[in-house]
Amino acid sequence: MATSSAPSPAPPAPERVLEARNVRKSFGAISVLKGVNLHLDRGEVLGLIGDNGAGKSTMIKILSGYHSPDAGEILIYGQPVHFRSPADSRAAGIETVYQDLGLVNDLSVYRNLFLRREPVRRYLGLVPILDDRRMEEESRVFLQAMRVSIPSVRSTVATLSGGQRQAIAVARSVYLKPRILILDEPLAAMGAKEGRMILDLIVELKRTQATSIILIAHNYAQVFDVCDRIAWLADGTIRLDVPVSQTSVEEMTRLVTEEYRLPS
Amino acid sequence: MDTRVEPGRPPAPLAGEARLGWARWLLQRRETGIVGVAVAMVVVFQILTTTFLTATNLSVIFQLAAEIAIIAVAEVPLMVLAEIDLSLGNIFALSSFVMYFAYQAHLGLVAGIAAGVASGAVVGLLNGLITVKLRVPSFIGTLGMLYALNGFTLIISGGYPVITPAGGGLASVMGAANAAPFIWAGVIVVVWHVFLNRTRVGGYTVAVGSNPVASREAGIQVDQVKILAFVLAGALAALTGIIEAFHLSSIDPLAGGTGLLLEGIAAAVIGGTALTGGSGTIVGAAVGAFVISGLNDGLNVLGVNAYAFDLILGVAIVVAMVLNTRIARSGGASRGDV
Repeated sequence: MATSSAPSPAPPAPERVLEARNVRKSFGAISVLKGVNLHLDRGEVLGLIGDNGAGKSTMIKILSGYHSPDAGEILIYGQPVHFRSPADSRAAGIETVYQDLGLVNDLSVYRNLFLRREPVRRYLGLVPILDDRRMEEESRVFLQAMRVSIPSVRSTVATLSGGQRQAIAVARSVYLKPRILILDEPLAAMGAKEGRMILDLIVELKRTQATSIILIAHNYAQVFDVCDRIAWLADGTIRLDVPVSQTSVEEMTRLVTEEYRLPS
Repeated sequence: MDTRVEPGRPPAPLAGEARLGWARWLLQRRETGIVGVAVAMVVVFQILTTTFLTATNLSVIFQLAAEIAIIAVAEVPLMVLAEIDLSLGNIFALSSFVMYFAYQAHLGLVAGIAAGVASGAVVGLLNGLITVKLRVPSFIGTLGMLYALNGFTLIISGGYPVITPAGGGLASVMGAANAAPFIWAGVIVVVWHVFLNRTRVGGYTVAVGSNPVASREAGIQVDQVKILAFVLAGALAALTGIIEAFHLSSIDPLAGGTGLLLEGIAAAVIGGTALTGGSGTIVGAAVGAFVISGLNDGLNVLGVNAYAFDLILGVAIVVAMVLNTRIARSGGASRGDV
């Protein structure tokens, strides 16, 4: 559609990693998504904002394979996809980090990073024993590259702070080298200092251009600085989709509060 | 809090890594408490009796500790999964009769032993399926199994003990030799400790017990992990019954049962394994079995009223559980190697 040839030499079009076209979803009589159009370019950080009940969670659950849309299309690198399970979404290169953390509190940091992908060494040629040393080394190097600071990769996750846990959860998803990373309220219930570690992590990911990110945030002021573009979801549609350079926290606030005053 | 490392710095241990000294390591181990209790018990009884640490007495303690330890070890992975198997004591009684009847049917002793262990695995499989597929809480499902197996064993045995088949060297290895039960227990403790801490499936056991939702999302086959734990527990309980059958040269339909089961669970709990899921220690359970056995023996040698044993054990279980939850809440414990 949008890639029709232009006569004058234009800058190369950014690679479109993900596109949602006219996505609709109802639960019973309640129409939650009423035709959502959304796209994500390579290396981009998209802030998806909206009030509780605006449809953010439903949209994310469609992208991560928990729900199927009633109508509309999802395209990954231009190819239509139909996710029947979270595994399908993951296979397409989408990793989602939910605010209720998917970490195992009773395992160490490195065992969490390697959960389900643990390297083993065969003793006596047949008994597969976990290669703890390798997991520790690789975790340490990786977390340092990600600039995540924790006491030790051997620490049990339960002993870490909320921000450290969230950083490990994000880092674990990044470790899988996803093409698209969806972060659902990564700063929820977190102090400013703690949130800084997560934002630093996002900036680092952006710098390396390794993955494209959708950042879901209730409190958009917190994430405004790290986003390239902001999409505002209200009442089941995208009301606004602008580069951050063309808007401001103040404008967003005005728009969102007007929404409260004039319920449609 | 400094959340950054200087750019360009080569990979080095993360801050704080070096401060994990041996004292802190000791404090963080789940087993530290029970090892301390064991040492204190040995010292007190040695002072009071002066014969506690003799070879004869220690051999008595280890005999009893061996069977409690194996049952406790069987129970730990289940307790880590926030499940329990109340039928292990009755699998103990069933398996040696299965072996006996297979032997009577001229299938040979090796096949008999295999059939006995397999009978425990099958009961474990049933327990697992009832828990996972029918969604009956394992406490209830295995309580039913406890009574059903007790009835079944009494029916097939007619309620009378039988003589264990003689089997020369094999019988010695299987439990007739004096040290055999203890050696079996030792090997099983090592294997199960490695299983829980150093293998993939062992890690998934901890993961499922700690956070079932995240485990499922990560792609762990939660149901299979649970069923496996029940099967392994059943097989271990069956093996324990067979070892004791050879050791005592007789097979009693009333052997094991709830008495042994509860001592096994008690050993796991005072050793540092809670029923809440996610944390547990095999080594702690084994030391817990030694403490229960040593307490029993020491009070006997002292000529103290046998009722005191139950009183002390009861208090110890509750105190251990209170300490466990305290440690869990403070977040100060790393659960063994896991």
